[in-house]
Amino acid sequence: MLRYIVRRMLQTIPLLIGISLISFLVIHAAPGGPVEMSTDLNPKATAEYRQRLVEYYGLDKPLHVQYVQWLGRMVTLDFGQSFSRDGRRVSEKIAERIPVTLGINVLSLGLIILVAVPVGIYSAVRKDSWFDRISTVTVFTGYAVPAFWLALLLMILFGVHLGWLPISGLVSLEHDSLSFAGKVWDRARHLVLPVFVSAFTGLAGFSRYMRSNMLEVIRQDYIASAKAKGLPERKVVFRHALRNALLPVITILGLSVPGLLGGSVIFESIFAIPGLGQLFFQGVMARDYPLVMGSLVIGAFLTLLGNLLADVGYALADPRIKTE
Amino acid sequence: MKIARIIAVAVAVALAAGCAKKQDAAETSAPSSDVAPAYGDAIVEGSIGDVSGFLTAVTSDSASHTAAGYVFNGLVRYDRNLKLEGELAESWEVSPDGRKITFHLRKGVMWHDGKPFTSEDVMFTYRRMIDPNTPTAYAEDFKQVTRASNPDPYTFVVEYEKPFAPALASWGMHILPKHLLETYPDISRSPLNKKPVGTGPFRFVEWKTGGKTVFEANPDYFEGRPYLSRVITRVIPDPATMFLELKSGGIDMMGLTPLQYTRQTKTEEFHRSFNKYRYLSFGYTYLGFRLSHPLFSDRRVRQAFAYAINKKEIIEGVLFGLGEEATGPYKPGTWAHNPDVKRYPHDPERAKALLAEAGWKIEGGEGVLEKGGRKFAFTVLTNAGNESRAKTAAIIQQNLAAVGIRMEIRTLEWSAFINEFVDKRKFDAVILGWSISQDPDQYDIWSSKKTGPKELNFVGFADAEVDRLLEEGRRTFDIEKRKKAYFRIQEILAEEQPYVFLYYPDSLPVVQKRIHGIEPAPAGISYNFIKWYVPKGEQKYTSFQP
Repeated sequence: MLRYIVRRMLQTIPLLIGISLISFLVIHAAPGGPVEMSTDLNPKATAEYRQRLVEYYGLDKPLHVQYVQWLGRMVTLDFGQSFSRDGRRVSEKIAERIPVTLGINVLSLGLIILVAVPVGIYSAVRKDSWFDRISTVTVFTGYAVPAFWLALLLMILFGVHLGWLPISGLVSLEHDSLSFAGKVWDRARHLVLPVFVSAFTGLAGFSRYMRSNMLEVIRQDYIASAKAKGLPERKVVFRHALRNALLPVITILGLSVPGLLGGSVIFESIFAIPGLGQLFFQGVMARDYPLVMGSLVIGAFLTLLGNLLADVGYALADPRIKTE
Repeated sequence: MKIARIIAVAVAVALAAGCAKKQDAAETSAPSSDVAPAYGDAIVEGSIGDVSGFLTAVTSDSASHTAAGYVFNGLVRYDRNLKLEGELAESWEVSPDGRKITFHLRKGVMWHDGKPFTSEDVMFTYRRMIDPNTPTAYAEDFKQVTRASNPDPYTFVVEYEKPFAPALASWGMHILPKHLLETYPDISRSPLNKKPVGTGPFRFVEWKTGGKTVFEANPDYFEGRPYLSRVITRVIPDPATMFLELKSGGIDMMGLTPLQYTRQTKTEEFHRSFNKYRYLSFGYTYLGFRLSHPLFSDRRVRQAFAYAINKKEIIEGVLFGLGEEATGPYKPGTWAHNPDVKRYPHDPERAKALLAEAGWKIEGGEGVLEKGGRKFAFTVLTNAGNESRAKTAAIIQQNLAAVGIRMEIRTLEWSAFINEFVDKRKFDAVILGWSISQDPDQYDIWSSKKTGPKELNFVGFADAEVDRLLEEGRRTFDIEKRKKAYFRIQEILAEEQPYVFLYYPDSLPVVQKRIHGIEPAPAGISYNFIKWYVPKGEQKYTSFQP
């Protein structure tokens, strides 16, 4: 098993290099660079200044030299300095936003599992019942409704008309002067809408997956024999069927790993949440190459890691699967 | 997706606004004077973008410049009537030949860390502005200086080779503290760019990246302590969210869109809590021609465009009436603006006559003008994501169709638009906007020497008289002489129509009613920010007391 993991890890290295090369070429091929982005149509910016900026960012070197230099820094895990004028390191900028995005995504994923698993099981066991139909319509409504639209409606209702919940941001302005319990309560209130919206719109996939897995499993012979044995339904469903139905969910969980750090731009903009999605978007708009490359590499790494975790988890959970 | 989103936002906001339908006549209610000024409370502003750094020399976005304005001062600034006045300089003299400016600095000004401000700091700032290690876009103005000296701690003298009128305004550049920056060769990498220390009315408290910036009143400010104890700027990237935050009390101040101003803030409830303001912004939108294009090289054709385009309809349709017809590149009400230039009222018949004079006639059955077998058809470019420009283009398309001109509209992503089309001169016509700087020197936009790659006279306007007048205007400090030069330039531009000047949009700020002391002036509302106050009984954020 260990050998398998090591081998898989080693396989990711050429993959990562390939991904980074493609990303590097694509972002550099986009029209306008960081210099143009900050000087276009600015009467004060002279040709001399533009030239100076090009050298300042090291963009005067040939593209392949730039890539090799970037790769060289990456080997030492140095993401470089952001092109933005705060002059901060890319790793620092990404690190300060990870807790926000990760926190919200873990909460919403947790909520999704908490709701989707029972809903999926019940709809499968009571297939074509009223509950099954209503839950199907509900989760697909969540899937179809645009997140920003739902967010705005909820903000208007709970924020403006009822005044129960804050509209945007992560904490209130007086957060620092609150007691510990007050701080927790303040944060929780701010998280209600974002977590609800992101969970509600993401419910469909998980609950449908759960339902179809369960449907497949309860058709199996061993379930029939468990029932024939006279076991109560609860036991049949939870002891015998559920374990097998949950297996494929591991795959989805593995695939959710990169999503945990991939914030959504629209979602974060609507709720004014300073997460990774916004950071990446602004990086792209300003052609902040080091920042964009840093975010892409982290995303690619997490995707590969997620796949690996899913495979390993699967092998651990199901003895029939061999890793060799 | 984009369109769907805009519609959905409009519907959502309209739902929210639809409760009370009563029309309210009063646009803004006069601030009552019986409530006494008091110290305390905070103002919370909404901003679409985050700060990128606090040293204005190295930033170019408006969020950063606004934030830096609380902390830093320049030697000079524009007053409520857009006249230059002293800030860190108490006064200044320009030598009779216009080549030497002597600034007399204010005494007793302290940096926020308690160190005194002297001419050494000004000298240091000047040196850093021309230092190649400083990534600043504003070096050019300072490179005109041939000699700078500070004979004593409260005098600073600069000399120029030729008189250079915009130079005076360039000393509005924020002055930096020498004692804190000396050891950093590149000021953009210094800690001060993240935690500024200045001489300004507010002191830096914190910056939560992507979240908010906080400033507190400087009790030792040389013009007196500001009344408001804190200024908090919250970053809210989505305009619809920002508007809901405003209505729910999360922010106190933002800029409204024309739609929000006219349609979504008419309720009594809104007027009970907010004051809306309206004044001309410093900017205009125009239709610019590539003048070397065979269709547009004839002046009569450009004038015909000006007659054919219904500017009133554009202002009604795009800005809901919240703007003014533009006649040239200066803002009405400022000293450089010439109100008596040739105007082009909407007159399709005259447009047709002018086009006929230029040889364009309707021949075929399609109703499109032709000359020598060539149809009058072209493409106008504008940037994607700017709704008002896209709408403007659609109205112009209709207007031109009525006189037999076929115009296609193409919207492009900003950087592709500028880098691939404007810079390479691969366009027929563009719809764009300029912001209007307070100093009327527009050499970069109209001089025939500024038509090179990446330069701003991309329409290729060349007029010997304008070239001479531009030079004249920047080489004297005499306002009357400058005025004469710029007035004449506007006459020529109005006659030549290298752009069809379309409209000046209004600025539409809204401020929570508890904030008093706001007096709209030609400069807008924020020039007297330190005098804004909340009377004791109305204060909201009481945990920020001094």
